[in-house]
Amino acid sequence: MTAVEIAGAVRSGEHSAVEVVEEHLERIARRDGGVHAFLHLTADAALERAAQVDEAVAAGIDPGPLAGVPVALKDNLCTRGVPTTCASRILEGWRPPYDATVVSRLAAAGAVALGKTNLDEFAMGSSTENSAFGPTRNPHDPTRVPGGSSGGSAAAVAAGFAPLALGSDTGGSIRQPAALCGVVGAKPTYGLVSRYGLIAFASSLDQIGPFAETVADAALLLDVIAGHDPADSTSLPSAPPSARAGLDRGVEGLRVGLVTELTTAEGLDPQVVARTREAADALEAAGAKVDEVSVPAAVYGLSAYYLIAPAEASSNLARYDGVRYGLRAPGADITEMYVRTRTEGFGAEVKRRIMLGTYALSAGYYDAYYGKAQKVRTRILEDFDAAYQRFDALLGPTAPGGAFALGAKTTDPLTMYLNDVCTIPSNLAGHPAVSVPYGVDAGGLPLGVQVLAPALGETVMFQVAATLEASR
Amino acid sequence: MSGWETVIGLEVHTELRTETKLFCSCANRFGDEPNTNVCPVCLGLPGSLPVLNARAVDYAVRIGVALHCQVQPSIFHRKNYFYPDMPKDYQISQYDLPIDTDGWLELPGGKRVGIERAHLEEDTGKTTHVGGGGRIHDADHSLVDYNRAGVPLVEIVSRPDLRSADEARAYVDELRAILVATGASDGKMEEGSLRVDANVSVRPVGSTAFGTRCEVKNMNSLRSLGRAIDYEVARQVRLVEGGGEVVQETRHWNEAEGHTSSMRSKEEAFDYRYFPEPDLVPVVPDPAWVDGIRAALPAMPAELRRGVAHAAGMAPESDAVVTVVRLGLEPFVTATVAAGADAGLAVRRLANEVASEIGSLANLGPEQFVTLLRMESAGDLTTAQARTVLKDMLTGGGDPAGIAAAHGFEALGGDALEAALDEVVADNADAWARYVAGEDKLQGLFIGRLRGATAGKADLAAAAAILRARRAAGC
Ligand SMILES: [Zn+2]
Repeated sequence: MTAVEIAGAVRSGEHSAVEVVEEHLERIARRDGGVHAFLHLTADAALERAAQVDEAVAAGIDPGPLAGVPVALKDNLCTRGVPTTCASRILEGWRPPYDATVVSRLAAAGAVALGKTNLDEFAMGSSTENSAFGPTRNPHDPTRVPGGSSGGSAAAVAAGFAPLALGSDTGGSIRQPAALCGVVGAKPTYGLVSRYGLIAFASSLDQIGPFAETVADAALLLDVIAGHDPADSTSLPSAPPSARAGLDRGVEGLRVGLVTELTTAEGLDPQVVARTREAADALEAAGAKVDEVSVPAAVYGLSAYYLIAPAEASSNLARYDGVRYGLRAPGADITEMYVRTRTEGFGAEVKRRIMLGTYALSAGYYDAYYGKAQKVRTRILEDFDAAYQRFDALLGPTAPGGAFALGAKTTDPLTMYLNDVCTIPSNLAGHPAVSVPYGVDAGGLPLGVQVLAPALGETVMFQVAATLEASR
Repeated sequence: MSGWETVIGLEVHTELRTETKLFCSCANRFGDEPNTNVCPVCLGLPGSLPVLNARAVDYAVRIGVALHCQVQPSIFHRKNYFYPDMPKDYQISQYDLPIDTDGWLELPGGKRVGIERAHLEEDTGKTTHVGGGGRIHDADHSLVDYNRAGVPLVEIVSRPDLRSADEARAYVDELRAILVATGASDGKMEEGSLRVDANVSVRPVGSTAFGTRCEVKNMNSLRSLGRAIDYEVARQVRLVEGGGEVVQETRHWNEAEGHTSSMRSKEEAFDYRYFPEPDLVPVVPDPAWVDGIRAALPAMPAELRRGVAHAAGMAPESDAVVTVVRLGLEPFVTATVAAGADAGLAVRRLANEVASEIGSLANLGPEQFVTLLRMESAGDLTTAQARTVLKDMLTGGGDPAGIAAAHGFEALGGDALEAALDEVVADNADAWARYVAGEDKLQGLFIGRLRGATAGKADLAAAAAILRARRAAGC
């Protein structure tokens, strides 16, 4: 059952939320041992919450648009009283005293949180292998990765553990695992969804977004979590666009650009390019006008991203120092305590990025690295703006290929970084993008294509995504 | 120290008197139980985000306007360094785009001191080191109170325009008065709501290049600021005259031992890795709003001094005028002027008798004050009597006529005064002859005898005038 169907059935009293939740918990109990999508399950709280939803329905009160719908939460979203680890030893055992804004909004909409899902430590990675608590496996093939960093949430939806999940996307961390797991995953416009309670990786790029099996479910979830939040200064004050408004409109007359730089990016599997071209053909067949378009500065996206994101991360992760919460490794003095805590608490990839970012911000290097990267960011935004003068939406591959084997890319960080080459430009521009499953590779593993839209263009973005979904 | 010129620039941090902290809604309050005014934001908990306090911006704009600064669009930066009382291990501050830039402050003597910038930033918590030498590295353990973490500060940076410890003290005194007048700060240096760091260097008189400067920290009163600067100047001159060189460094003022010592050298200075704070948006004050703040600001001390000086016929930098304005007594001068009474007399009484009993000011109403001035001017009270009455008014309240009557005060004037003088002159005929012959200093003798003969009731100023008139008339 999709989220739309579950909510409809629960609201009408046709299904009980408790039954729905029990069914999903059973599936998790049966299969998550082999997938490891969840780091922490909140089964009792979920059943209690589901019972409340059922009571509300019985009392004639509408529990909201996500009534009784199970949702999985990436474990970098703060949940009051529930362990929140970012898949890091340094936060092991920490229980936030507050809920992230998105978590509160889900609860207010009648959704039922099932637990916290695995991720690359502090959302740094593309395979979920950087989790301090062990990797997540791809439900389509347990020898392969689910992608990352929101691999646990993507796998949870793909395995049927929850019809909906939340992830966060800093350079592709929702869209890439969505593609590798064969589900829908969207990164909204920067500022559309409140970041309050999302544990920061790179603040100017991080954005929370939905995972779902269907485009309509993803749009429903986004509409619930979107909208201004006074607790996040970067949250947009304007009324949010409706993700669902265009789902039934089709694409007749829409202008869609196929981005040259994304289809010719380094290291792309030709099968991915082939699926993207088929998607373009499908849109054309549905009445859209499709043309090639160039976004020249996009080719510098990866380089700029690997300066900006680590720089912000080096500052965001400074607070994990052993003084107030989380891991503390004692030392003879404060400096030794800092060093030992951070040495023991952080994994290799997190340390690598902290060092990169610290270096990029250092006196004498700032202009050459961080400053230059910000200029590239401006250029990318300008190039996208130019493209959107001529197109309503853009199209490209999501990931360079299908799910790869566990361990295949762990020895070479640069190869791993290339996974985000097609997704990063949208983060740098602050624009929305959604990955839609589109065909499979020769091994039968799912592939995804990406629909990109201008800032606050969620309506048209989901409109195109729905058409692609229907054309499969 | 002859042959050397001192060059000083000051960095003054002031806490703002907001109800809540700079980026969260916790109370901004001094003296509460440790760690009671805290929340996820000011504790820097994972996932928390800052939201700027509009009132703090309002105060920063007031300070900028009062210091004749440009109030400009500004952004926040992160200043990164590890310290346990800083919950995020970075401080949200302003860097190359501060809210206030390029202004000046006028010292009472008329000198203008340049203001380079004033910017908003958050305060840190407070650490207490237990055991060892009370310093972080040899303590047994440390306790951190985060009540102060996130309290709004404005840092005001002067240009290196100050030339002596006295000028530096006068600058801080004047700045404190301005901050209090704007309502932005309570100006309490001893409680730490006003903190001063001094950049001190010396150079040969006549040189235009700056010497190597040292930053001196940890002065907690105007007195210790003056002592620290004097010590540091002497140290630097001694060093240079002995053939050495001043090393750029941060130095710690030890109040008990009366000296500065090295905290960290330039090489050990932190690389703060400033970068724009991505969790906040630019602050762009609406010019109309800034104009509204400008229009609503009360008069600043320099302007008040000019007004008081003009009314009293004194110089704005005179001690009496400076004292009256520093103590906020100018409303009494205004009332005096409005009533057409003697404003010069008012300033003298305010700067002396009232200033010395300033704690009892609440007992003194402007109307009664003006009535007293009138009684003195009209000769109904002598100066000595007026002072006594004013003291009583301050300590116990009440109206001057009643107090004077209770003391049995009435000034001896008119015919009675003439008669009393006749007697004194007759009793000292020799002296009178010499006085008439030109021995001016003998006037004091007659006044003294008169005061004795009338038990202090004589209007001595009137008596002196009569004496001079009689001598001129040759009788
Ligand atoms: Zn707080």
